[in-house]
This record gives sequence, C-alpha cells and structure tokens, in this order.
Amino acid sequence: MRLTNKHLFLLKAFMHWAALVPIVYLVLAVMTDEAGGDPVQYIIHYTGIGALNTLLIMLCISPIAKRFKQGVLVQTRRLIGLYVFAYATLHLAAFISLDLLFEWSLFFTETVKRPYILVGMLAYLLLFALAITSLNSIKRNMGKRWQKLHNSVYVVALLVPLHFIWSVKSEIIEPSIYIALTALLLWARKDQLKRIFSR
Amino acid sequence: MSNKFTKGLLRKIPWHINDSEVTPEAVFKDRRNIVKALGLGAVGASMPSAAQADIFDLFSKDKEKKNFVTQPLAFTKDTNYANDEIVTPYNKVTTHNNFYEFGTSKKAPAQNSQEFQVEPWSLVIDGEVERPITLGYDDFTKLMELEQRTYRMRCVEAWSMVIPWLGFPLATLLKRAGVTSKGKYVAFETLHDPEQMPGQKNRFLGGGIHYPYVEGLTIAEAMNDLTFMAVGLYGKSLPPQNGAPIRLVVPWKYGFKSIKSVVRIRVTSQRPPTSWNQLAANEYGFYANVNPGVDHPRWSQASERRIAEGGLFSAKRIPTLPFNGYGDQVADLYRGLDLRKNF
Ligand code: HEM
Repeated sequence: MRLTNKHLFLLKAFMHWAALVPIVYLVLAVMTDEAGGDPVQYIIHYTGIGALNTLLIMLCISPIAKRFKQGVLVQTRRLIGLYVFAYATLHLAAFISLDLLFEWSLFFTETVKRPYILVGMLAYLLLFALAITSLNSIKRNMGKRWQKLHNSVYVVALLVPLHFIWSVKSEIIEPSIYIALTALLLWARKDQLKRIFSR
Repeated sequence: MSNKFTKGLLRKIPWHINDSEVTPEAVFKDRRNIVKALGLGAVGASMPSAAQADIFDLFSKDKEKKNFVTQPLAFTKDTNYANDEIVTPYNKVTTHNNFYEFGTSKKAPAQNSQEFQVEPWSLVIDGEVERPITLGYDDFTKLMELEQRTYRMRCVEAWSMVIPWLGFPLATLLKRAGVTSKGKYVAFETLHDPEQMPGQKNRFLGGGIHYPYVEGLTIAEAMNDLTFMAVGLYGKSLPPQNGAPIRLVVPWKYGFKSIKSVVRIRVTSQRPPTSWNQLAANEYGFYANVNPGVDHPRWSQASERRIAEGGLFSAKRIPTLPFNGYGDQVADLYRGLDLRKNF
C-alpha cells in the first residue's frame, strides 16, 4: 500500500495529538501534585526528554520512508521538527523561569561556565535557526543553503545526548541508552553523512 | 548580583498539617478519569519513561495507594534555628526527596517507600567506644528525650527547605557509648535491604551508587550540638522517604551528608569512605560544608531556590550563606583548614 495525501492528513493529525497529549498530561500532573511537591526538576526533565524523544522519532522518518518506499512520510518531518523546537523551548523556559527564577545574570554566567549548559544552548540555537527557516517562503529563498543549514540537525542529534549525560549526577544508564540510539540512527544514514561532510 | 535576591523571607506563620493537604481519594480517582478520557494509553514512545510509569500506574486496576502510618511524638523543647524563615509545608517536605534507594527522581521516594518496614529496627553504635549500644525502634522515642529543632536544609543541588525536626543531639548518644581516645571519626551506614529498597536491587533505579550508602563526620563535627539524630518531623514520626525511622541531620552541610534510615554508627580512628565522595571526588568532598564560594563543577552554589509555600512561581532565589547560616556555631571547627581545597 502506498500512503496518499489523505493518509498523510490523518497521520499528521495523529502526530499533533501524540505531541500535545503529553503536555496536557504534564499540566495535569503538576496541578494535581502528581509530579511531586516541588515539580521543577520534573518539568525540566520531562520537557528535555520530550524534546530528545521527538528528535529521535524525527530521525527515524526518512529511514522508514526509504525502507518502505513511502515518500509522503518525509513531509511529516517539519511538523515533528517544530515539536522538537517547542519542547526544547518549554525546557529552556522552565529552566529560566522555575529553576533560576529569572535571575538573568545567573543564566548568563551559568551558560558560559558550565559546558553542559553551553552544549544545550548550542543545540537550542541550531534548533531555533531550523525552526524559523522552516517556512516555505524562506525555504524557497534560501535555495541550496537551506539543505546545508538543515543538515545541522545531525549536529543537534550529537549535542543533545552529550548535554544529557553531562547533566546527570550519577544516573548514567538512561543517557547511555540515548547515546546508543542516536549512534544507531546516525549509522543508518552513514553514507549520506559521509557525503555531507566530505563536501 | 546578590543584592538583587529577595532577602530574608522573614515572616513567621504558624504551621500545622491539616488533612486537606493530603489528596483526597475522590480527587485521586477523578484524576484517573481525566487521564483515561484523554486516551493516554496510546501515547507510548513519545513519553518520558517516568511519565509512562505514572500512566501505567493510573491504569493498573484500582491499586489504592497505601500510605505509611506516622505516629504523633511528644517533645520537651522547641528551638527555632532558622531565623523565623517560612517553614516548608509538610506535603513538600515529604514529596520532594533525594533517597536513591527508592529511585532517583524527586517524587520516587514518596511513591516507592510507603510499605517500608521500620519495626523492628536495630541501630548499632560501636567501634571506638567503651560501651557499644544497640537501640531498637521503641528506644529512639522511649530512652531519648525528644526535642524539636527547626533547621534550614540546603541540598547540594541548590534548593533548600526549612524543616521542623524531632530528635536528639547525636552527642547524647555518643556520650552514652563513651568515645575512646582513638575515636577520631564517625561512620554512618544506611540499611541494606534490596527486597525493600528497589534502588539497591536495580542499578537503573538506584542511580549507580554503591550500596549501602555510607557517610562520615569528624568526631568534633559529630559532637557539635547542632548535629542531630531525627526521628520525626512536623510533630510526627518520620515517613520512609525522609529517612524513617532514624536519620542524621547536619544543617551546615549539604543534604547528602544527612544520611537516612541509619542502622550503624561506628566510631573509627580513620576517615571513613563516604558514598558521593567515592562516586565523584571532584564534585563532592568529605566535608561538604555549605559554601557559596565553591561552586559545584556543573552549577553555582552562590544562591539557592528556597522551597516554601505556594505554587510553582512562588519560590524565591536567595543567597546561600557560608555554613548555611550556622557559622557562629561551627566555623571554629575548621579553623586553619582551607575550605576551598577541603570542600
Ligand atoms: C539553553 C539551552 C538549554 C539549557 C539551559 C538546558 C538546561 C538543562 C538543565 C538545567 C537540565 C537538568 C539538569 C538536572 O537538573 O539534572 C537539562 C537536562 C536535559 N536537557 Fe537541557 N537544556 C538546554 C537545551 C536542551 C535541548 C535543546 C534539548 C533537547 C533537544 C535538551 C534536552 C535535555 C535532556 C534530554 C536532559 C536530561 C533530562 C533528564 O535528566 O531526565 N536540553 N537541561
């Protein structure tokens, strides 16, 4: 079966639902104390992991599209990518508003002093650039440079697991699993990556 | 920078626990229905694992949450060592915990420890002492005179609370045992019981710590009047997530020094190994005195997020004080010691 545009519509609707329900869940969990008496760290972790999971799902799309010859799937990547950005924005906003309580000078000194925050910041700035250039009109105007810029999603995919494992105190198993998953997904497109980086 | 922080938090409010702070059962059931109505079951892969566990929890057939039963405790003396700062509400003190034996997230200890058995309990005080002592569960409250002490608690992760503890000075116990002239340090050990403590059984849940958790103090620190053995908080015996049935509280040190659910206190002649220091010596020192001048490699210790009353946005960032504000009582212990090196 070849997926058609009608399927695509349904699939996208499903993706919106799947990306938004966890946020509704988070809000409910926080409101009902299900996230603990002081849910700040919970929210930062939840949105950070949410962004990373969404990123990994996005990286699965083109291998799946290729393997099953379902070209239209590729058109879901922008939607998923924007949710990566949305979760990352919530994550950053939670850190600044709930943890640092808008102590901006602390935010700047922490960004400069702590490598793991700096790595997160680099990843976030790249995601930001990808998100604003995802508009069709901008995409057309950028021509070839668009693809070049958007190849940096692979850099984000390397930076975020690094940010993760660097942020933990001792619980290294979960980030290690994420590093392995990311490596697998990058390995799956190693020929393409070779081409990009040899250019 | 520090003058931008909210100074003080000086407002004394009488605290008391009322039942409305505990989630009523009806609300709890409602919550399930909301989650069910959202059709959350299919979300699967896009959800963080902790959240998934919650959902599975919500879907598992009416497994009512059993709460650990605490007992009211009487005390003879009540001293506030926290400048009348606002006391952190009971429900926050008991649902925001670091106790990796019950899982690494802040809410895991409250969730995974409610069936923890504290009776019978046995706490051994031995090593370089004249009269080794073994205390049972009832002895903590029957043999010892309990007092209430309200202390600031500063976590190494840069958040803090103010908690009314019940207990007795560690020195009282050590004097009963009679420390010998060879006694230079005191080593503490948490219960090791993987059947009851899932983090000890499963490396993933336990966050990579080597169990049992161990801590240590110098003998001078242990004999300081502030060093406290707590058996209760807010007028009642300790819930498991806070270290039932007996735990250490050292208010001028980062929270990880205040070891929970203690089964052994051993006076030693050598400095004992301590858990976090073994795991990452460059991040967690043996002394671990609260010190705004020495940052953790990954975050600043100059200020802290004070967890007090109110919702998410009501927390305040306040400057962290040397020795957590207890310098008058303890700074002498470290005279001549370079606290930047001996962090
Ligand atoms: C300026 C940007 C960023 C800042 C300041 C930041 C800050 C943080 C902080 C404070 C933590 C938690 C440390 C802890 O309490 O243990 C964290 C963890 C994490 N962050 Fe970020 N982050 C940033 C960007 C990102 C981005 C762009 C992503 C993903 C796309 C991300 C994903 C994660 C993940 C997966 C974790 C681990 C969560 C966990 O431990 O469960 N972060 N980040």
